[in-house]
Amino acid sequence: MINALLEKNPRLANWLYGFTPPEQGTVTLVHRRVYIVPTQLGALFVLTLTILLVGSINYSLSLGFALTFLLAGMGIAGMVHTARNLARMAVSVGRAEPVFAGEAAQFRLYLDARAGFDRPAILARHLRSRSQMVVDVPAAGLAEVVLAVPAPRRGWLPLGRVMLETRFPLGIFRAWSYVEPAARCLVYPRPERSALPAPAAESARGALRSPTPGNDDYAGLRTYQLSDSPRHVAWKAVARSEDMLTKQFTGEASAELWLDWARLAPQLPLEQRLSRLAGWVLEAERSGVHYGLRLPGVEIAPGRGDAQRAACLQALALYEDR
Amino acid sequence: MKAPPHPLSPEVRPLTLRDLAWLTASLAVVIAPHMLRAPWWLTLLTLCLYGWRFYFMLTRAPLPSRWLVVAVAFIGMLGVWMEYRTLFGRQPGVILLMLFSGLKLLESRHHRDGAVAAFLGYFLIVTNLLYTQSIPTALAMCVGVFMITATLVGFSAPQRAPRANLRTAALLLAHAAPAALALFVLFPRVQGPLWGLPQDAYAGMTGLSETMSPGTLSQLALSDAIAFRAEFEGDSPPQPLRYWRGPVLWDFDGRTWTAGIGYLVGFQPPQDGRATYHYSVVLEPHNHYWLFALETAAGLPERSRMTQDGQVLSLSPVRNRLRYDMVSVIDPARDPRESRGTLGRALRLPADYNRRTLALAAEWRAPGGTDVDLLNRGLAFLRQGRFTYTLEPPILGADSVDEFFFDTKAGFCEHFASAFAVLMRAAGVPARVVTGYQGGDLNPVDRIITVRQSDAHAWTEVFLAGRGWVRIDPTAAAMPQRVDAGLARALPQNQALPLLMRPQMEWLRSVRYRWEAVAHKWNVWVLGYNPERQRELMLSLGMRDADWQKLTAVLFTFLGAMTIVLLAWSLRRLARPDPVQKAWQAFCRKLAARGVVRSPHEGPRDYSTRAARALPGSRRPILRIAALYIALRYGGGASKPGTARLKRLVRQLELA
Repeated sequence: MINALLEKNPRLANWLYGFTPPEQGTVTLVHRRVYIVPTQLGALFVLTLTILLVGSINYSLSLGFALTFLLAGMGIAGMVHTARNLARMAVSVGRAEPVFAGEAAQFRLYLDARAGFDRPAILARHLRSRSQMVVDVPAAGLAEVVLAVPAPRRGWLPLGRVMLETRFPLGIFRAWSYVEPAARCLVYPRPERSALPAPAAESARGALRSPTPGNDDYAGLRTYQLSDSPRHVAWKAVARSEDMLTKQFTGEASAELWLDWARLAPQLPLEQRLSRLAGWVLEAERSGVHYGLRLPGVEIAPGRGDAQRAACLQALALYEDR
Repeated sequence: MKAPPHPLSPEVRPLTLRDLAWLTASLAVVIAPHMLRAPWWLTLLTLCLYGWRFYFMLTRAPLPSRWLVVAVAFIGMLGVWMEYRTLFGRQPGVILLMLFSGLKLLESRHHRDGAVAAFLGYFLIVTNLLYTQSIPTALAMCVGVFMITATLVGFSAPQRAPRANLRTAALLLAHAAPAALALFVLFPRVQGPLWGLPQDAYAGMTGLSETMSPGTLSQLALSDAIAFRAEFEGDSPPQPLRYWRGPVLWDFDGRTWTAGIGYLVGFQPPQDGRATYHYSVVLEPHNHYWLFALETAAGLPERSRMTQDGQVLSLSPVRNRLRYDMVSVIDPARDPRESRGTLGRALRLPADYNRRTLALAAEWRAPGGTDVDLLNRGLAFLRQGRFTYTLEPPILGADSVDEFFFDTKAGFCEHFASAFAVLMRAAGVPARVVTGYQGGDLNPVDRIITVRQSDAHAWTEVFLAGRGWVRIDPTAAAMPQRVDAGLARALPQNQALPLLMRPQMEWLRSVRYRWEAVAHKWNVWVLGYNPERQRELMLSLGMRDADWQKLTAVLFTFLGAMTIVLLAWSLRRLARPDPVQKAWQAFCRKLAARGVVRSPHEGPRDYSTRAARALPGSRRPILRIAALYIALRYGGGASKPGTARLKRLVRQLELA
């Protein structure tokens, strides 16, 4: 009932749970944000204490009183310890690598103990996706949490709200806190596999350059340059010698290929167009041609390599129809 | 979307080998004291159940079906029933609980069951307190609580090193101590029991009884158990005066003396007397009504009455250690009056027993002397009769008094008292037997007199016209050293004495004195802390008529304050920010006030360069602060003087 009420009144929930808009940088869980309630086990613990107390009264057991009260004091201390396990912990986010729509974005959260004691058994749960992970945060150290959040649509995927929960040390209380660090993951359109379009007449400008370095035929080794793709590093050769060496290939494709929005069938819906273009980008990159991308209002000059691929996919991911 | 199971929920976290090992070890610790009392087969069965659970864990076999567990439970209960002919009562109940700990373990799959078994462990600790609440028991209890708590901590942090979990458990208990103390002192106490207790709840208490036959006291005297302790204000009375009055025995059937019916009278304090003593007694529970007082009681404790023969009786059986204050006077003026009925009762003897004694008394009575003459004659008979005082008296037949006087001539105080009372009655002098304790050990450490069961004694009182009831100790008449120096000196050297009464155990006794002084404090302040004591303590703290509302209010105030202190303590170590960082933030604020706001992505180098360009007048100090900050924060670590310098520089920074 309370949950239904809170769902209807998000502002009430915000006030009650201390929900905040996404926060930049490192978020510290000040104790005002840490909530605590007894668990079911806590109720059982109270029941145990009650029976012990009644027994001690009935049999006039002084030491029984002492034990009961020691356990009661431990319950209180346990509450404080549970709250302490979260209080003033700092949460920061790492970079989330872009993914394609339909995959799961891997958000990385770093829990910083910011304390001289360790913080064991902390559950991080992504509220929207229920993706979760339990970590122990070492004293004065960091623990990494990876939350796999499904990314159904292209564009920026915000992390959303994350609950951090702990029941340490006795399991009779659960403390939790909500954080929403400003983190987002770029989601590329879901790529559609299809054959590359034939190079258009106007896109054959660079046909004279030959031989074009490509991905097709192995042509020999040269020293590594920073811009080389790690996939082309000759790791076996590196293992044998001191130097980083890159395998050189020559490509057959000699033309620059324009992946052009305008060349798609006009009746194709927007998302499908973007999917097809994303598929083409991947295919073009694989085949080793120099390719460029043209969208209404966006033009990315031909090139190849990981940077080119990322630029094209990002443009597709963030494309907005005007 | 169906929610995945909550990974912190105890219902889904399986019990691992490590969890099980901790749980079993702590349960083994808490059932250890019960093992000594339970029948051997039940101990074995419980341990087998523990071992069986391990077998399942190690072989990863599925746990036995519920039916099998129920069957084992049934067999166990059947066995307990065969042993005790009941399943209820203290002893069967406790050992069944021990069995259930094994059964619970056997069906424990997840942390939830494990936690229930751990809570059961707390119960098992408390049940042990039904038998003993001594200091060693308290220490053992602490070990058990610590183990169980460490087990629970282990459940909630399964990946953590056991050492760290032990430390957490110790920290928890240390933090619990102040609250526990406050609750112990302030929690409104109610006098139990709340409902009827099982029949055997008070079994096994030693002490005097309402009857006395040959051998009763000499058996009791072999016990080192403490009967009570007395703490005197000022000097304590010397050994020969320490007669602690207990049950008075009136009726004799030829062999056994019984107390018979007692009559309560309104208490009238005795007059005069040689000396007055104020003292408090901490009486061990003995499950009877009588309270012991130095002869002659000149005051009554709360909730007690006096009988016409001078016994102090509590309103309810003494089933818990009881503390009461008493006043006694030595040799007060006695009431010379006594009812005819009572005197007649004090002369009654069974007809066909102890004929030789009856004949002797008749012979004494024939010349027609006074009662005092007869008394003196009787005492002379004891003194000159070459009687032997022994803890191992020969077994006596039907005419116990005759055999003692004329054949065996060896006995313990009950023989002397019984025989002398019979002799006096036969001679026509009203007499009765008084049992109680004589003497007691003065502890030089805390000046407390400890009276043990081995000090149990019996003497007589005779009624003399014009003087009332007069105490006559026949044992003292025959063996003066018994009363002057205690049991140990009165017995021949070769007799087996309780260990601590042996004279050669001097050093052991001094250790024992110290220990007993501690144990006495423990009894009075910890075990004897009851509603009355609580009221006294509150009164001495200036809280008048401390009812439960007041106590609860104070208690909750204290607990609240303690929680806040604890919370503050736990946050204190976190609240202190890095001083280097603090200085840097102050620096940033100063610059921001002049319009140079640091953007979140800006590192110290970029920010200070930008600030220096924007505020060229303070270029040098800005760059110096930034360089120092970088060195302290990202260099080899902050040094004390470096931090101080940074603070000073930031404080002195005047932006032009």
